[in-house]
Parts: sequence; C-alpha cells; structure tokens
Amino acid sequence: MGPLGDSIEENPGLYSRYARRYARLVTMPSSALTAAHPLKDVASSDSALRRFLHGLPGVDAVGLEGRAASLGTRSIKTTAKAYAIDLAISMVDLTTLEGADTPGKVRALGAKAVKPDPTDRTTPATAAVCVYPDMVAVAKEAVAGSGVKVASVATAFPAGRAALDVKLADVRDAVAAGADEIDMVIDRGAFLSGRYVKVYDEITAVKEACGTSARLKVIFETGELSTYDNIRRASWLGMLAGADFIKTSTGKVAVNATPANTLLMLEAVRDFRDQTGIQVGVKPAGGIRTSKDAIKFLVLVNETAGEDWLDNHWFRFGASSLLNDLLMQRQKLATGRYSGPDYVTVD
Amino acid sequence: MNAVDRLNVLKTYKLYVGGKFPRSESGRVYEVTDSKGKWLANAPLSSRKDARDAVVAARKAFGGWSGATAYNRGQVLYRVAEMLEGRRDQFVREVADAEGLSKSKAAAVVDATIDRWVWYAGWTDKIAQVVGGGNPVAGPFFNLSSPEPTGVVAVLAPQESSFLGLVSVLAPVIATGNTAVVVASEKSPLPALSLAEVLATSDVPGGVVNVLSGRTAEIAAPLAAHQDVNAIDLAGADEALAKELEIAAADNLKRVLRPQPVDYAETPGIGRLTAFLETKTVWHPTGSLGASGSSY
Repeated sequence: MGPLGDSIEENPGLYSRYARRYARLVTMPSSALTAAHPLKDVASSDSALRRFLHGLPGVDAVGLEGRAASLGTRSIKTTAKAYAIDLAISMVDLTTLEGADTPGKVRALGAKAVKPDPTDRTTPATAAVCVYPDMVAVAKEAVAGSGVKVASVATAFPAGRAALDVKLADVRDAVAAGADEIDMVIDRGAFLSGRYVKVYDEITAVKEACGTSARLKVIFETGELSTYDNIRRASWLGMLAGADFIKTSTGKVAVNATPANTLLMLEAVRDFRDQTGIQVGVKPAGGIRTSKDAIKFLVLVNETAGEDWLDNHWFRFGASSLLNDLLMQRQKLATGRYSGPDYVTVD
Repeated sequence: MNAVDRLNVLKTYKLYVGGKFPRSESGRVYEVTDSKGKWLANAPLSSRKDARDAVVAARKAFGGWSGATAYNRGQVLYRVAEMLEGRRDQFVREVADAEGLSKSKAAAVVDATIDRWVWYAGWTDKIAQVVGGGNPVAGPFFNLSSPEPTGVVAVLAPQESSFLGLVSVLAPVIATGNTAVVVASEKSPLPALSLAEVLATSDVPGGVVNVLSGRTAEIAAPLAAHQDVNAIDLAGADEALAKELEIAAADNLKRVLRPQPVDYAETPGIGRLTAFLETKTVWHPTGSLGASGSSY
C-alpha cells in the first residue's frame, strides 16, 4: 500500500499524480499510519519538507486565472442572491487594523458586527471582529453575549519581522485577553529564502501558544510570495503545521486577495482534506469591496471546495468596506429601491 | 478621390457616465428618427442599472465639484460655451433634424443655447450674494447664511426642446455645485448625447454630468426611488408620470421640482438656480460686547 493509505485506491485517477510524488518521500511503513494523518512525517526534517513542497505539482497560471475568471461570470440573482448576501454577511471578519484605532472605534465596530443593520433585525450578525491584540479586551466586551467572535492579529503583524519569543508573547497576550481566533503572519523572508522548517516551526509554536481556546489563521501575504507555485507550497506548509485557517493577505500590501489565489488555496484545502481527513478554512482578505466580488468568491468556494466550506466556520472574508456594500444590496433586495451610503454607518 | 467613393462613417451615439462613453449595460438600442420619421441613428436604450451606475459616478464627483470655488465653476462652464461654439454647425444640424426646424431657426436655437451657458456661467459666483448673506441678530454673533448645493440631482430633460430646454435645466443644476444625472429627451436624444462629447472635452470633471438616453419612464422610476439621489427635476415628465415619481421621491424626502409650462427662449431668472440650493446658517461667536458695544 502506498504512503497515502486508502485514498489512493478510492481515487486512483485524481491522486495517482500526488502519490507518485510522495511515494519517494515517505519511507514509513504503512502500519504506522494510524491516528496521525498520512502526511505527518513530511515535516520530519528540513530536506523531507523541502522535497515534499517542491514535489507539489506546478500551477498552470493561465489555466488557474482562466478558471477563476470563468467562475466569476455566473449570474446570481433574486433568491440565490439574497441567500448569498446573507451568507456573505455572516462570513465577514469586520476588520480595523489602523494605528489610529481607538477603544471607541472598536466598540462601534463591535456593535456593528452584532447588528450590522439596525433598521432590519433579520440581518445576520457577522462572523467576527478583527483587531490588534491590545484592543481584544475592548472588542470582547463590545460583542459580549452575541455569537460574534473576536479575532486578533498577532506575531508582529503585518511584517512579522520580530524574534520568535516576541511573536509568541504577542500571541499569548491576545489569547489571555480572550481572543477566539489568532491571525498570524508567516515569516515571508524565511519562506522565500527556502527555510521552510523555520516557517513550519514558527507556525507550530504559535499553534501551541493558541492552545485549545483559539483557532489559528495563518496569513501568507500572497502578494509578496511572487508565484502561484509559492502560494501552493505555503498553503500546504501552513496546513501541515496545523493551521485552522489559511488566509491570503494582511490587506497592507498592493496585491491582496484575488479570485485566482483564493481558488488555488481552496484547491489546496480540498486536496488536503481528501488526503488527511482534516478540514481547513480559507480567508481571503483585503481588496474585496463589493457584493459582486464577494458573491464571485462564494461561487469559487462552492465549485472548488464544495458546500462543506459554505459556512462561516470554514470560510471568511477579511474586509471592512465590504459589509456596507452588502448591506446596501440587502436593502435594495428588501425594498426594491437603490440604497445609498447615507443609510449605512461611516466607519 | 471624390466624395461619392467614400464609405459612410456613421456615428455611434453612446451614454456619458463618469466621464466615459459606455454603451448601455443592457446592450439595447432604439431607433431615433427625425420629425418626419426618417431614421437618424441608433441611441442606447438605458436600463435601471445604467441609472444606478450614473448615480454612483455623480456621487463620486460631488465632493470635488461642490468644493471647487464658484469662480472656478464659472470658468469651467464658460469653457463649455466655447466648445459649443466650435461645434455650432453640428448642433444646428442635429437640432434641425430633431425638432423639424429650418436651418436658420435651428441656428437661432443653438445660439440661444450657447448664450444660456454663458448666462449661467456668470451666475456661479453671484448667486451666493443674492440668496445668502449676513443676518442681523441680537447677540454677540456673526450670523451668516450661505447657499449650498443639494447633492446629486436627477434631471428629466424636456421632451420637446431637445437642446435649449436641456441646457436650460442642466446648466443651473451644475452651476451651483450639484452633480447631475440627465435623462435626455426620449424622442430626440441626439443633441444631448452630443453635448456629452462637448462636456468631456471641456474642463468639466467626469461624473459631474451623466447623460442617459432611453425610455424616460423606465429610467426615471429607479432614479426617483433611489436613496442616494437628493433631488429630481421633473421637467420632462408628463402629468401622470410626474405624480408617480413624486410619490416615489417622497421616500427619502427628495427635493422635487414639478413640471411647469416654460418658454425656454425667455430669460429664465434664478428660479432654477435656487431650486437645488439649501441654505446653511452658521452662528459664529464674536465674544462678549464691551462697553463700547463692540468686542474689538
């Protein structure tokens, strides 16, 4: 039996390509594959991890962008649109990550996350508010009693250029303040210079610091990874290291979430679950501003990862201005009149 | 090569939205004929989504246009008149076709239209002195009233007077700093669509004027109900449509200018300038008054 266990026999056509590549990497006898997932040992050493990541199939960039573009042409109207808008609202991580954030602004954002449209109580709450670690306590108080989670960026966000113990202290601070989710950034410098184990070890260390109380989102900053191959490698690296979510970007660089790189990450989480049985969430962040864009992403999710990911436990939008556009579209569907920015909050 | 050998170069009339010339989002067109029923051109048949896009463009342009100095707006409008003058022959032809006028009568209409732009261009920095000013109050305050533009104004251009009427309702709206979404005359939209080309080549920022052509009733309904439109001029609506639109416009308390019988050839007065202005009054403390009755 091959190193990937039964999944190969079940899907010989789809996974034989992966199997051929992984077969030479893993020398462990198949009887050892019990509780741990079958890819557990690919990170056992620097060279094994490198060989695994570089053994991943290359990305057909033209095909990927073509596929993402063609899925973006679906026409989603009337009841399907209403469903998509409500789903998208429930998936928003309402984000404020500015140097000028004040407790008042975070409280206002929390109130908005709980009741996005005070004029229409049927509007679903958003998934979470996303703030800097020092604002977690304020945010936690603002959303108390609702189902809205508090996510905190950590690990020297957004650059990630700090020593590991500083990053871990950042994470512990946020977790101690009550953060339900931690958004960490990977060390892109280490990743791009090929020190994959360093990145892997950092993610596992942060995962450990999160403990059982906080889910870990790993930000790759896809705009800085240069190639689609790198994004695929980073996705697998993050998932192998124990990420609960993989996230495109910080929103602080020029290129953020695009349909193509999100599609690539959705393919990665789908393949990862097929091989290991572990489901990982995806969060595109930055640059998604209109309902139309958000609905395109939902189509990508449904067509790539499948319905299991159409839930805010497994898919999120990192955004701030998107929510207002979703609310205006929702008001348009409810009343038949085009709404305007005067009827949503200015944040 | 003599003239007979040349290919016909037909003009594709397009909408004017946000400083660009798109086709209708719906892809539809309709046939425009002259007063005798002869085909002139195909004009875009706008949909409600074109109206929505135009409002977004107008809203985006509002900050810059309303924030420009009145003097600057006057210069920009005068520039439009200069551009119109250069295209005079084209407009004479289009107005003659659209309204069934002789060349000389059409020329008189075009001249009157250009004069109307110049007239409104002159008003931009004077209207504040007529309808605003300092108010005498019993207290240590400067009390100043100043007129401010209302915002995004939907303008239904007159159906019969396709050029002079259009400019007579459009120019006062933008002269005071509003931005406009214009629905051109349904039967004869070509002068309005050509005016858009003039606006694009003068110094009017994109989005300040947006021109849509098509069925007035179809485009006007979403504009009247639109929550982000601040006022609507119903000059081009008939009685039944005007009533319906006024009801829709009441939802967000739009300013509504009802259709009224107008002779567009006459000097218009400042009624249309003030229709889309709001008065802001500020109380500015001057400190307590001294024994002399003044704090200075």
